Amino acid sequence: MFPFNFEWIWDMPHMVFMGGLWYALSILGIGMTYCIIKAAVNAGKKDAGGHGHS
Amino acid sequence: MDSAFIPNGVRRCAPGKFIAALTVAGAVLLWGVYAMFLCWFKGLNQTNMNNNYGFALWIWADLAVIALGGGAFFTGFLRYIIGKDELKNIVNYAVLIGFICYSSALLILAIDIGQPLRGWFIFWHANVHSMLTEVAFCLSCYFGVLTIEYIPLILENRGIDRVPFFHHLGHNMHDIMAVFAATGAFLSFFHQGSLGGVAGVLFGRPFSFREGLFIWPWTFFLFTWSAAAYGPCFTLLITKLTEAVTGKKLVKDNVVELLAKISGWMMATYIIAKIVDTLYWANVTAPSKGFTLMDFYSHNAFYGIWILVLEIVVGGIVPAAILITDKGRKSPAARTTAFILAVIGVCVNRWVMVLQVMAAPVMTFDTWALYYPSWQEVATTILPVAYGVILIMISYRYLPVFPQETELNPVD
Repeated sequence: MFPFNFEWIWDMPHMVFMGGLWYALSILGIGMTYCIIKAAVNAGKKDAGGHGHS
Repeated sequence: MDSAFIPNGVRRCAPGKFIAALTVAGAVLLWGVYAMFLCWFKGLNQTNMNNNYGFALWIWADLAVIALGGGAFFTGFLRYIIGKDELKNIVNYAVLIGFICYSSALLILAIDIGQPLRGWFIFWHANVHSMLTEVAFCLSCYFGVLTIEYIPLILENRGIDRVPFFHHLGHNMHDIMAVFAATGAFLSFFHQGSLGGVAGVLFGRPFSFREGLFIWPWTFFLFTWSAAAYGPCFTLLITKLTEAVTGKKLVKDNVVELLAKISGWMMATYIIAKIVDTLYWANVTAPSKGFTLMDFYSHNAFYGIWILVLEIVVGGIVPAAILITDKGRKSPAARTTAFILAVIGVCVNRWVMVLQVMAAPVMTFDTWALYYPSWQEVATTILPVAYGVILIMISYRYLPVFPQETELNPVD
């Protein structure tokens, strides 16, 4: 549920529950995005290095 | 045939034997899947749930596997946050067992809600006043954490690790695992607690109702505490079982003893808190609602005072006493006995807090309502066990689950 849904009410239970959910999902999402992008960059560098040496 | 995917320096059984074992577990799995589809296509009339039992065998199984899977969050917490480095030798297996337990819990819930296509309603149309909403949120997120913790192990497979992207991905995920482990510990604290909180706030059912702190009944804290205490025992028991099946030593004794010691002390402190809670409930809370202790343990065919003794003495005090003593912990037989008793103890606790709550009469004209699960409920409860066995078999064969295996079992 997002704040722009018709069911949303700006009260403490909505903010705590849904805020907590999106906070946890954000940590997991950002963490995984960082790992994937860094892996792609590292793998790309390795490939580029490999081609350079051959 | 599959030797290119088997980890270096370990010996595995012949592919034929492996496939034969998979077939046996697969047959049990199919039986459960058949029952699952019966429940989905014909409806919950396939179960013996009724007006007395909105929560039944499935919810007990759910709470039990979530408690037993608590070994993953607590071992991860000890390894990554507290810095118990020795536990790196068992944390992979704890994560795998946790992954199986939590995916099983979600599968059981998908059957229990009757309309799995509407499962997403709990996120989109959330009832923000319900402890079960918090459980659903934390359970789903924590399953995401366990998946993230399990992925690096999959990426360490010899075949997959050859791909540079996957090699780096696994390495990067290991680097920031403490962030995921901390998130997992936070999520676990709340969903384990809220599962207990659900029973504790049932003010119309004096068997489970408890006072507490602010909005949290004491059962909230007891459930989290018990999951952290008993979960590692389940991890250690399955490790012992895996060692017996494979005929190999997979984890060194000092690692097992360390986790057993921590688990034992957690269990000892938990059981003291549980005894205090039970005494207060029996002498103050229940009488204030018009009940005596023995009202909950008599005049029925099943629930006697034996179940309280089984939970607290046999499944709590005895295993804790074994594991906190040096002599008990160092004896393999006594240690394994303690693990078995601990697993029984936490499963009985969850049974009591789900099913005895439903069975006990609350009105003067009520009688005890006993319940027997249908074969479909039993089959769908056994389904996750078969699934777990299969996933452990595949993971053990193809992934370096036990870092000490090569050292303990050198291949000539």
